[in-house]
Amino acid sequence: MTKPLKQIHLAAHFPGVNNTTVWSDPKAGSHIEFSSFVHFARTAERAKFDFLFLAEGLRLREQGGQIYDLDVVGRPDTFTVLAALAAVTEHLGLTGTINSTFNEPYEVARQFASLDHLSGGRTAWNVVTSWDAFTGENFRRGGFLPQEERYSRAKEFLATANELFDSWHGDEILADQESGSFLRDAKAGAFVHTGQHFDIHGQFNVPRSPQGRPVIFQAGDSEEGREFAASEADAIFSRHATLEAGQAFFTDVKKRLAKYGRHHDQLLILPAATFTLADTDAEAEELAKEVRRQQVSGATALKHLEFVWNRDLSSYDPDGPLPDIDPDVGDSHISQGRAQVRMYRDPLATAREWRELAAANNWSIRDLVIETGNRQNFIGSAETIARTINEFVQADASDGFILVPHLTPTGLDEFADKVVPLLQERGVFRTEYEGPTLRDHLGLAHPDDVRDQRAAS
Amino acid sequence: MSSTPLSSLHLAVALDGTGWHPASWREPEARPRELFTAGYWADLVAEAERGLLDLVTIEDGLGPQSSHFLDPDERTDQVRGRLDAVLIASRVAPLTRHIGLVPTVVSTHTEPFHISKAIATLDYVSAGRAGLRVQITARPNEAAHFGRRTIPRIEAYDHPDTREVVADLFDEAADYVEVVRRLWDSWEDDAEIRDAATGRFIDRDKLHYIDFEGRHFSVRGPSITPRPPQGQPIVSALAHQTVPYRLVSRQADIGYVTPHDAEQARAIVAEIRAEQETAGRAGEPLHVFGDVVVFLDDDQAAAEDRRARLDALAGEPYTSDARIFAGTPDQLADVLQELHTAGLTGFRLRPAVAGHDLPAITRGLVPELQRRGAFRRAYEADTLRGLLGLARPANRYAAA
Repeated sequence: MTKPLKQIHLAAHFPGVNNTTVWSDPKAGSHIEFSSFVHFARTAERAKFDFLFLAEGLRLREQGGQIYDLDVVGRPDTFTVLAALAAVTEHLGLTGTINSTFNEPYEVARQFASLDHLSGGRTAWNVVTSWDAFTGENFRRGGFLPQEERYSRAKEFLATANELFDSWHGDEILADQESGSFLRDAKAGAFVHTGQHFDIHGQFNVPRSPQGRPVIFQAGDSEEGREFAASEADAIFSRHATLEAGQAFFTDVKKRLAKYGRHHDQLLILPAATFTLADTDAEAEELAKEVRRQQVSGATALKHLEFVWNRDLSSYDPDGPLPDIDPDVGDSHISQGRAQVRMYRDPLATAREWRELAAANNWSIRDLVIETGNRQNFIGSAETIARTINEFVQADASDGFILVPHLTPTGLDEFADKVVPLLQERGVFRTEYEGPTLRDHLGLAHPDDVRDQRAAS
Repeated sequence: MSSTPLSSLHLAVALDGTGWHPASWREPEARPRELFTAGYWADLVAEAERGLLDLVTIEDGLGPQSSHFLDPDERTDQVRGRLDAVLIASRVAPLTRHIGLVPTVVSTHTEPFHISKAIATLDYVSAGRAGLRVQITARPNEAAHFGRRTIPRIEAYDHPDTREVVADLFDEAADYVEVVRRLWDSWEDDAEIRDAATGRFIDRDKLHYIDFEGRHFSVRGPSITPRPPQGQPIVSALAHQTVPYRLVSRQADIGYVTPHDAEQARAIVAEIRAEQETAGRAGEPLHVFGDVVVFLDDDQAAAEDRRARLDALAGEPYTSDARIFAGTPDQLADVLQELHTAGLTGFRLRPAVAGHDLPAITRGLVPELQRRGAFRRAYEADTLRGLLGLARPANRYAAA
């Protein structure tokens, strides 16, 4: 017997503030004006995507003590944009990245529960943590959180938010005009939470929202992050978009589920993926190369090398060889406000490896940065991309992809028009939305049903 | 002060659940089961826009509503629960084109950095129609929802023993607004240059650290959101006494005040104008709107009967910090014009029953004021600042 075909989940990541986004192209539009978000969201909904995804940053990035000016800078507020997008879409899920370090559970739970009401049950929360005092300088708490407490705070933050979401059960509002009972229970929303990070009690003031709780995303990749996802999350926004790395990650995370009494299909793996689409595979390869050179100018290449070298490399020639000097492995870092730099846990080893790669291939600094960081995940004709995406999903490299176009706001248009119909023809992607909520799109049960199942088993 | 002719007044409506009377939800027009849906709010704001109103405010709070001054009341016969006001405003913004959207934000427990970018973003999604109404809270239960501070119990906002506590909360609100405003200016309008030749997306000399240091928070900046379309969205606050009048005078574009007659209105306006001068803002436009709770019907008896009927349902007479009016649109127009003559530049009407009194404002009061030449006949500006006769301000950080 052959395995039934998996249905693919697709999402649209609004182009962000990394160098993936090409702003210098004449076709590039505003990343702030609401019309860009409307265009992007409507394209995703026209293509029957599961959801739109917004990232977040709470301090402008700096490098060498100055605001980083080579990439897109600035973005609107996540919650506010998603609430407005709920007015111009009907089905599309709305996923927001919201930090658990520089917020408080009561406020964030109110915002997500409100957004879930205002969107008719289409909300998801990508729970992230902050890593630096640098970001803390914009907030009441300041830079207070030791690195090792990031996940313990995030876990307790999410647990507390869940207690708030669950403090209303959904049957409290009678609104019986005749008898005069608005609430069934005066204690609706009562909660008490006592923990290491939060000691709060009182009454939550947003009634149960259509999805019960927002869908929960997790994005971390560390051991702790994977455990957190396996125990708590509905989906992972991962970075493993190649076949082998994707399969390894998929297997690793899914096997952790059993320990928490969860099923294989209760956690979706959705890697971020870039793509370049053209009429033929050869044209797509050419175009992809061109886009990579737009993404990585000489100046950008030097700045990216600084992530590893942790030194000012502005005197180097980006078209020349890699620096002979070694990275500075001191505590402070030349780049601030960027998660990326933490990927290089052993800069000396990375530098060695890169020098060898560059020497073997005769690469300049710019070539190396392009080849190690910016190769698009899917390159080809619509047919090739549809086939590859389907192969990856059927081979359990993921459950689908969060697509990151390089152009705002039109970067998804061609994918919607050309690739999606091919996936639909293969019977692996929906042709109509089947339900009103994001949980419906993702095939996730309502939390009340999950609770009932656990109680019954 | 404002460029609007003296005869013309400004009108806002304060939206709060099904209306300001605690029994409002029991009226046939109230739609209490829809309170937590987008459609309910979209319809109310569309109705307000139909009446050419300057703006709507949206009430909010960080705990359940209560009939008690400080503590939860555990009542089940009144509306409890509400959605985040900023998100309601944003949800209705794309569905409207002219009306200002002014959600309540609580300064006591939230982050000025988050609110600054949220209101800036509301200004983008509404194409220049955003504002905020800043509010403090001294409720111990709301402090316990955050667990970061305790606030000493107070007897009343104007009780002598509590002056220090209340003054501190308002000082914090003033700092909060200062940070919000500096962040709005932390990007100059032309900071985004997209200069392909040099590879620079922004001119970083046009982004500014705000370096605010206060007793309750320090904020470095700049904002992550560029300067909003209005430059500075509208800041407003409700004020009942000298301490909040000072907040209004220093930091706001609109103060909502609660005189019960023309004489009180004159006194309040005089106090605010004097504070404004002390704050060095003498020449700057600052609106003072009178809050009035309204029961509006075609004849006075019907309005009074309705008020009596709602009071009976509530089990007690409705009282308010604001003047309560029950009568006809014609009579209300007389009252507003008299108060207008006393120095108020506009009004924030609190509909007793949103489903009844809001349409009575837009379809009864507004035509009456128009007939008298006291209210606009069409929207004459694209932004909320424009409707209020306020120019787009220069950026405090831009080199002259």
